[in-house]
Amino acid sequence: MKSLGSIRRDFAPWNDPNAKPYIQFDNVTKKFGEFTAVNNLSLTIFEREFFALLGASGCGKSTLLRMLAGFEEPTAGRILLDGQDLRGIPPYRRPVNMMFQSYALFPHMTVENNIAFGLKQEGMAKADIDKRVAEMLKLVKLEQFAKRKPHQLSGGQRQRVALARSVAKRPKVLLLDEPLGALDKKLREETQFELMDLQQNLGLTFVVVTHDQEEAMTMADRIAIIDKGEVMQVATPAEVYEAPGSRFVAGFVGNVNMFDGKIAAGEAGSASIDAGNGITIRTENAGSAAAGTSVTFAIRPEKIKVSSTKPAGAVNAIEGEVYDIAYLGDMTVYHVRLDDGQVVRASTMNAARLTEDPLTWNDRAWVSFRPDAGVVLTR
Amino acid sequence: MSAVTAATSSPASAAGKSGLVRLGAAFVSRLVIIVPYLWLLFFFLVPFIIVFKISLSQTAIAMPPYTPVLDFRSGISGFISEFGALNFDNYTWLTQDALYFNAYVTSVIVAAISTVLTLLVGYPIAYGMARAPATIRPTLLMLVILPFWTSFLIRVYAWIGILKPEGLLNQLLLATGIISQPLIILNTYTAIFIGIVYSYLPFMVLPLYSSLEKMDHTLIEAAKDLGCPPTSAFWKITFPLSLPGVIAGCLLVFIPAVGEFVIPDLLGGSQTLMIGRTLWNEFFANRDWPVSSAVAVILLLLLIVPIMLFQRAQARAQEQDQ
Amino acid sequence: MNATWSRFNIISIVLGFAFLYLPIVLLVVFSFNESKLVTVWGGFSTKWYVSLFHNRGLMDATWVTARVGVISASVATVLGTLAALTLTRYTRFRGRLLFSGMVFAPLVMPEVITGLSLLLLFVAVGLDRGFLTVTLAHTTLTMCFVAVVVQSRLITFDRSLEEAAMDLGAPPVKTFFQITLPVIMPAIVSGWMLAFTLSLDDLVIASFTSGPGATTLPMKIYSQVRLGVTPEINAACTILIAVVAVGVIIASLANKRREVQRQRDEQAAQRG
Repeated sequence: MKSLGSIRRDFAPWNDPNAKPYIQFDNVTKKFGEFTAVNNLSLTIFEREFFALLGASGCGKSTLLRMLAGFEEPTAGRILLDGQDLRGIPPYRRPVNMMFQSYALFPHMTVENNIAFGLKQEGMAKADIDKRVAEMLKLVKLEQFAKRKPHQLSGGQRQRVALARSVAKRPKVLLLDEPLGALDKKLREETQFELMDLQQNLGLTFVVVTHDQEEAMTMADRIAIIDKGEVMQVATPAEVYEAPGSRFVAGFVGNVNMFDGKIAAGEAGSASIDAGNGITIRTENAGSAAAGTSVTFAIRPEKIKVSSTKPAGAVNAIEGEVYDIAYLGDMTVYHVRLDDGQVVRASTMNAARLTEDPLTWNDRAWVSFRPDAGVVLTR
Repeated sequence: MSAVTAATSSPASAAGKSGLVRLGAAFVSRLVIIVPYLWLLFFFLVPFIIVFKISLSQTAIAMPPYTPVLDFRSGISGFISEFGALNFDNYTWLTQDALYFNAYVTSVIVAAISTVLTLLVGYPIAYGMARAPATIRPTLLMLVILPFWTSFLIRVYAWIGILKPEGLLNQLLLATGIISQPLIILNTYTAIFIGIVYSYLPFMVLPLYSSLEKMDHTLIEAAKDLGCPPTSAFWKITFPLSLPGVIAGCLLVFIPAVGEFVIPDLLGGSQTLMIGRTLWNEFFANRDWPVSSAVAVILLLLLIVPIMLFQRAQARAQEQDQ
Repeated sequence: MNATWSRFNIISIVLGFAFLYLPIVLLVVFSFNESKLVTVWGGFSTKWYVSLFHNRGLMDATWVTARVGVISASVATVLGTLAALTLTRYTRFRGRLLFSGMVFAPLVMPEVITGLSLLLLFVAVGLDRGFLTVTLAHTTLTMCFVAVVVQSRLITFDRSLEEAAMDLGAPPVKTFFQITLPVIMPAIVSGWMLAFTLSLDDLVIASFTSGPGATTLPMKIYSQVRLGVTPEINAACTILIAVVAVGVIIASLANKRREVQRQRDEQAAQRG
């Protein structure tokens, strides 16, 4: 399988065996009483990387962030930052800063005093503080709001103050806890790109916690998918989507159709999978799975074609009945019930305007896909 | 691109210093606990132990007017010899004199009746406030709290002028011809009931209001939608949901009312018998400190269960908020 | 809850507030009575206020009460705030149950018990009854009220504000003074006001713990009430009510104005 790279073509330190890790979680475990929030987790993050921790709520991703910030100490294992063990260093002495989900703006201070707070703590000279604050206000385009209090700002403006405050000290690492969670959809999309620009321009390392896969996919160089305190996969957004490492990851990120079966026969990556009920799937992505192995074949909806007749020359074509059609504007989603009862989801881009759909409910239909369109999962 | 400088002090230099800061923080946090803790131990708990101790000692015509027992300064041997001198005479005295027994029973009954009356008066007010338009609710709330800020003594005093035989209430009733003879209210239990209901009404209304105000009105609508008539909806939905407020309010009224002194003294007159006044008289008029201490100990034992209930309710409310 | 405001609701509120306020209104009205009888109107006069200011004993008692109130409320505010911090921030330490018990029990404890027990403590340690003992007693009682007021604010306090301050380099103690304290200040101020009025108000505990030369205003009023009801007491009460009412009304109006301003700001901010 060809390697799927980062969106930043020239930036892939994780593929460089000589690259020095910047943040290292070494077998970190965190327990709260009986509850294990993080379970023997190891993770490496590189300098200037935009790294996302993606997972459902309660999966332990926020605990990871809080351990990095120093609000929690690991029960076992260690966390290294730039080669330095962070154990025992309180949050106010760590060269990392955090942008809080609630923004945590000090309500009794003006915007400029909020931004200056961290700088004052390190005893910076007044003139330098003023200069840095002005620079930060310019960066987030809030120059004319310097004298306002947080409650006199809109949600988007508050978010930018929180951001300016957390980068004002030029931390080695910026931690962002659901940074866009409180914004509405439109503002969120705009801000995603602003964050990426900011990270590029300042050259900082960003670690963002989010439950929104679209957000993680848009912004991050690499994503760690976390479940029950364990890392399921660490990979670039494209890899996570196109080459998920496990059934969990495939199901967690985006929509997917899965067929359980056994490798019937195969050599050097291509194989046929017996998915039962007379369905045989030919794939070129079987990897090293030997004949007889139980596997899951996963395929994304947009890689499946739906047609009223069996397409000529199709390697994989299965017959079924149209069960549901959802018109979403930019695309149409079909649910096709195969003869064994399994429902397959297929989506088609509506490239042309106002075309009559030849298919309707209860029509017989064929779903077909290329042999390289899906992946074979053994976990 | 601007230069990336780690402006914060590096972890290496901080590690040593942070140990000291941590120690300092631990010391400060211990201080936060210890100062109020010691204060309350010394000024709240220790006094109760002293009350208990003195309740076991002899009355004396001296200053202080009792002979001390259990003088810890005299060491273990002194302690043992004094243990024999302990006497429960004061408690025996309390059980033998029907006056005290009656005072306790009357106090509990008066407090219980007053609590029920306060609930009956307070509930419609709290309910009306909770259903008032949201814009005037803060004003109504302030109007309930405001009398609480004015002196308790003054509010009780105000009723004397109203309830007297030649007072304003009788003047009004006589003038309108409702009665032909002045009602004797002052210096009766009725006056005590009025005084307690009046003085403690805010304590009842506030917890009731806060539990009613939180309630989701769609619950009532849902009950009505499912065929429940309004009165029945009140008893099946509203009232049970306001129970935490009812309990808190009743305890806030009942507990202090049992030991109330000012109201029975000013409005109840010499004919009424309540334990707070008995204790006061025993102390100030008879100067019998051991007996008044014994009275206090029994009063405390009487109230310990409701006080613990009150604390449980407080703790639970706090947990819910967190 | 939000629903229709029925006639029953309105009537119960009107009657309730009439019950709460009528006695106080009557008391104030009769303080301006020409006649010496409190219940018979004999024409308007302010002579009782004049005689009040010539009543040396009453004036002395007022001064004592004010000093006791300010000192005890201030100490109680510090102790009560510490107690509130302990209750909300340190959820497990040895003796926490006893501690919360000692904070909540004085709220409902009959005053005769508290007063008697404190007096016996002062006698036991050989402290002469007077100004100091009343102040200590009032501090003990009112710190619990302060603790409850401040605690209810701390419960809703957003802890991430403190974490943010520490994250930006402020050590814990500095964080407390620069962030926590300013944010909870309104609750601390109302705690102080509550403590002050409770001290101003108290008759029973003061009677037990006070000594010669430290007679407080409520004690003075009480001893005069026992001798008979006079318009002069009404006048003294009216002044006391006026002082407290003006204070409370100013405080809540200022609060309300801040709130309105805040809402206006927020709406303006949302419009962009």
